[in-house]
Amino acid sequence: MKVLTHSIWIAGRQIRSLIRQPFYIAFTLVQPIVWLLLYGQLFKRVVELPGFNASSYITFLTPGVVVMTALFSGGWQGMGIISEMERGVLDRFLVSPVSRVALIAGRLLSMATITVIQSFILLTLGYIMGARFAGGLVGILVLLLSSILVSTPIAALSNALALAVRKEESVIGASNFLLLPLTFLSPVFMARNVMPPWIRSAARFNPVNWSVTAARAALAGHTDWGFVLLRLSLLVLFGVFAAGIATRAFRSYQNSV
Amino acid sequence: MSSQLHTPYAIEARDLVKTYPNKVRALDGLTFSVQTGVIFALLGPNGAGKSTTVKILNTLSRADSGTARVSGFDVKRDAGRVRFAIGCVAQKPGSDLAASGRENLTLQGKIYGIAGSALKQRVGELLERFNLADAADRMVRTYSGGMQRKLDIAMGLIHRPHVLFLDEPTTGLDPEARAEMWDEVARLASEGLTVLLTTHYLEEADRLASRVAIVDRGKVVVEGTPEQLKGELFGDAVQIDLLELATDGRAGEVLGRLEGISEVSIQGPSIRARAQLGATAVPSMLAALESSGLRVASVRVNRPSLDDVYLRYTGRSFSQAESQNGNGNGSHRGGGR
Repeated sequence: MKVLTHSIWIAGRQIRSLIRQPFYIAFTLVQPIVWLLLYGQLFKRVVELPGFNASSYITFLTPGVVVMTALFSGGWQGMGIISEMERGVLDRFLVSPVSRVALIAGRLLSMATITVIQSFILLTLGYIMGARFAGGLVGILVLLLSSILVSTPIAALSNALALAVRKEESVIGASNFLLLPLTFLSPVFMARNVMPPWIRSAARFNPVNWSVTAARAALAGHTDWGFVLLRLSLLVLFGVFAAGIATRAFRSYQNSV
Repeated sequence: MSSQLHTPYAIEARDLVKTYPNKVRALDGLTFSVQTGVIFALLGPNGAGKSTTVKILNTLSRADSGTARVSGFDVKRDAGRVRFAIGCVAQKPGSDLAASGRENLTLQGKIYGIAGSALKQRVGELLERFNLADAADRMVRTYSGGMQRKLDIAMGLIHRPHVLFLDEPTTGLDPEARAEMWDEVARLASEGLTVLLTTHYLEEADRLASRVAIVDRGKVVVEGTPEQLKGELFGDAVQIDLLELATDGRAGEVLGRLEGISEVSIQGPSIRARAQLGATAVPSMLAALESSGLRVASVRVNRPSLDDVYLRYTGRSFSQAESQNGNGNGSHRGGGR
């Protein structure tokens, strides 16, 4: 009970400060919107490739860009905890009776909320550009869930890294180094069947791939739910793993002050 | 499981030892007690171990060995209860820049279990008291340094703690804001709060605290009221600066032979000594130095200060200790050790 209310307070605090800097949400959306508009136009005819198995590239691309945005927002979340450490906010919380779990859980909760907001904005944009989803509301809910299951574990890892290295440069470096490869080693932009075999093999171990393929399957209608559930379960396992790492990083931070 | 010990002491620290992973021994058997309702100052240069002590007492950090009780609760076993009993104002602000003063106070209050109209009232009260009422709904990023520090103290007081930790509360403030802060701290103590103040300003400890412990290299070297500490020193402090370094021991030798002069110490070109009566001792000291060929640049005679107490118990002057600890100083500030 205490953990939950405290998490909501911490999340509320994060979200409030984001709403007060709307340019931040705008900023995190510039890149995906560019992908959606440019790739959507540039690769329009890529669906004609034999084996691509999609009728409209924008319909194919939109869920990919939604998941990619979740991935990037998660990757950058560690930046916030560094400025809180430097400002002394984290230490102020740690000398108070606030739930320790809520300090991380609250951040992840705010991450999930931001992912939902960003996803709706991108879905609306995709819809305007002509994306249509036979899977309807259920499909969209699966897309939201699978995006959250990417953004929150990645955010947990980003927070863990931030707590361990305590330098903004390192979080920037690691994010740049990992996020784009994770995107391109997945079917965000390109159908699995037309990928080179080595990328196809690498993608099998990539949470971004699990998330995008689950979302697309649910959005397409006539869904193979076994296929979707398997991928969502893998994402949950990934989340548990990430939460474990974040908890350990948090403990070692506490031991180091 | 919890056991609150009823003692006249709000804080009791015994044999605290703390070594950081980088092998820096921050505390080396530090012991002191603070009576309920007084302002107690830990005085020492940066890196002496004051902040580490505060972090162990406020449950942020853990000692490798030794015990500590705050408000009767053991800081290790009863950390949860200690947290409700204490208020903290750290060196770093800890307020949320993207929230207003009122929002910062409100969240802080909620964490301590205050809610509803009681919370609203308490927040309003503190804003009023710290002259922040006009700025209450402005974002903290628009506050001046002095206003942010006041908000910090208000946040530390929201739940009416028994013990308040003030870790270098006036560092980085301009003289005007510092004077205002001193008045505020004095007022807190008059209301019955126990305050543990750390400072590297001698003047601050002298002025605010009813008891002072001088900390050096992770230990308390001496403790008492400022008057007691100064009273233990006999006579006036005489400082003579030479035009050249007094390296060959000549100065010490000639001054040591003089009547009524004691505790001669020499650091580079400056000589410090105690004299029963400074005004009468100076001429004979100057004559002695002159006759052994040492040229004098300046002479000062002071009534004893805490700086002299510090010198006496640690064997080095305060400013010298500051610069010696200066190497670790960058990480001290940055890492908030």
